[in-house]
Parts: sequence; structure tokens; C-alpha cells
Amino acid sequence: MPVPILKQGPYLIASIQSALTDADLMLLRDALVERVGKFRSLGVIVDVTALDVMDSFASRTLRDIAHMIKLRGADTVIVGIQPEVAFAMVQLGLTLEGVATALDLEEGLEFLDKSAKQRRQEMDRRGR
Amino acid sequence: MKEPEPRKRGARESADTTNLLRELVAHLRENRTQLREEWARRITEARLLTAMTEQEIFAEATSVYDNYVEALETETFETLQAYARNLSERIIPRGVETHEVVGIVLLLRDVLARSLFAKYQSDFQTLNRILDAYEPAANRIAITVAVGFVQERERTIREQQEAIRELSTPVLQVRERLLILPIIGVIDPQRARQLTEQLLRGIRTNRARVVVIDITGVAAMDSSVANHLVQTVEASRLLGATVIVTGLSPEIAQTLVNIGVDLIKMTTVGDLQGGIEEAERLLGYKVVLNAETRA
Repeated sequence: MPVPILKQGPYLIASIQSALTDADLMLLRDALVERVGKFRSLGVIVDVTALDVMDSFASRTLRDIAHMIKLRGADTVIVGIQPEVAFAMVQLGLTLEGVATALDLEEGLEFLDKSAKQRRQEMDRRGR
Repeated sequence: MKEPEPRKRGARESADTTNLLRELVAHLRENRTQLREEWARRITEARLLTAMTEQEIFAEATSVYDNYVEALETETFETLQAYARNLSERIIPRGVETHEVVGIVLLLRDVLARSLFAKYQSDFQTLNRILDAYEPAANRIAITVAVGFVQERERTIREQQEAIRELSTPVLQVRERLLILPIIGVIDPQRARQLTEQLLRGIRTNRARVVVIDITGVAAMDSSVANHLVQTVEASRLLGATVIVTGLSPEIAQTLVNIGVDLIKMTTVGDLQGGIEEAERLLGYKVVLNAETRA
């Protein structure tokens, strides 16, 4: 099942609804990386609230997505990891290093707002 | 070819035993009052069940006696087992010890055996046969009661341990988005796991963004628990919360350095106060001392 990608102002929201096959994950990756450029988005939120399993391929793909989107000039935040999933992930050593995480969609949006603001300030400082 | 013979003898023997037990039960019913009193007297003499009054002992003795006779009669132990559980449940909170419970059942066995000796003293053969029937059943009763008591006590202990474990790890909310988890006492792997689960659930339900784990009250920590702590910190980050660990004792600091735990991933602050201040800073709070009240 493909993942719907919603556009919310300057951000993209990918809300995963059910367990994903590896092929679905690759599709999600390609679609997100493409649309970030197309919509000139500042940030991407991947909502995994509905997932109760996260295997190594899924977490590696999520990390790749975050890094690729970074290279495309936007931020990524993974939201809604369930407590049990989080615990299982760290036990398997899948800690999504270097990827921002937040509790839920609301927190994720707040995080992106903040990081966009920081980025602007950074630009201002450099410009001066 | 030889097999049927012992089985037949076994069947005959068991029928014999049943008859003997029936005779025995009749004897015990007849002399109920007297034997029961004798038994209660010996319980008091032996200073057993000191936590109970004489009336209570007599009342319990009566029901134990009747259950005992019933178990002998029916040769089934379920009712007795249930009664032993029930009795244990009532007397455990009053501080009755295992040796007392075993003691009174053995006393009853002895009192009844004594009365059998008295009754059949002229007929040694019958006495022997009746004791053959009585002794295994009596021992079985003693074991049933003792095991019932011990099981009941273990259940009580398990429940209390569970309660202590639940109570010992409160996840407290200090401010909006700020949780404190004070850990006191010994952390074993099981408790560490439970702590993590509780914390992660707490983060989710309280929408916490910063968590302060205070381990001032933890005396020692081994490598598996230390690794578990690091995992907890990482799992919390996956939920979007920052963890600050406070109150590491010199000993624990030394242990962690010696076993080479990856400390880069942990934010640590000296004490709980500092940890809360840092957490407030992360959340954007600013605590200002009110000048009026200071004056």
C-alpha cells in the first residue's frame, strides 16, 4: 500500500498507515525526495504511529530518507514511534542516529518551525 | 505374566485400607469432643499459635479436626487443600510461622495415633494394620497442609514484591513536558526493564519532552544495567524526549568509565537540582526569584 504524502504549508507529511513492504519503503523514499524539491519544502514529517514493528530495513531506509532530504536542503523528523517499538529498536541497535524524532505530529511540526527559524537566523548572521 | 498378581493384591489391599480407614473415622467421630480438646490443650502447651487467643485456637482446631477426619474418610485432599489455603490466608497476616502450622498438624497426628494405641492395645495385629492405613494418609494430610501454607505465603510475598516494585519507580511530572524518574535501591535486569517500560509509557501519556533520571539512590551498577540505562536513553530519544541523568555517585562513575559504557550519548548533570534547571532551560522556562518575598 503506497503511503499518502500530504502537503501542509512548507512541510510534507507522510503518514504511514500500515506495515510496509520493502518495495513500499523505496517508493516512499523516492516520492519524498522528489517532492521536497518540487514543492520547495522546508521539512518532512514521517508519521509511524501505526507501525508496531520496525525492522532493520525500515529503520535504515528512514535514516537514508532523512539524510537524502538533508542534502536536498530540508529537515526530516520521525514522529510517533511507539514505546515498545522504540525499546525493541534500541535492543537491536537501530537507533536512527542523526535523525530527529518527536512524540507526535504536533511536536514534529513545532520542531520543524523551530529549526526553520534557526536556519533563517543562521543565514542572516552569515549574510552580515 | 507376573504383573496381574501385584495389581490384584494392590486392589485387595486398598479395599482393606478403605475398610480400616472407615473404622478409624468412626472412632474419630465418636471421640470427637475429647480428642479435639486434648489436641487444643497440647497446642497451648507446646506454645504454638501464640498469636491467637484460646477461643480462636479452639475454633480453628474444630474445623481442622473435621476437615482432617473428612480427608481420611474420603481419601481426597482437595477440600482440605482449599481449607488449608483459606486458613493460611487468614493467619499469615497475624504472623503465624511455618513451624507452628506444621507443628499443630503433627500434634493432631500424634494425638490421634495415641488414641489408636489406647483403643487397640490388646490387639497388636489390628493396631498394626490400622496404623498402616492411618500413617500414610496422616502424612499426606500433613504435607498437604504444610505445602498449602507455604504456597499461600509465597503468593503473599510475590504480591508484596510486585507492589514494592510498582511503588519503587514512580514517574513524576514536575512541569508540563518534564518528568522525573527517581531510582532508589538495587537495579536488577528485571527492574531495569520494568523501569524502561514505565518511563516510555510515561513519556507517551504525559507528552514529555525532557526526562530527568535521578540515580542518587542507587549504590552500585553493573555493566548490563549500565548498558540498559544507555538503551533507555536512546529509546526515549526515539520518542522525541531528551534524557538527563543526574546523581551519579563516584563509584558508579568509576564503574561506567572502567567498563567503557558509551557515555557520549548520555547527558549528565551532577545533582537533581542541576538536572531540573537544565531541563527547564531546554523547555524554555526561566525561574526568577521574586524580589518582594526575598526582602
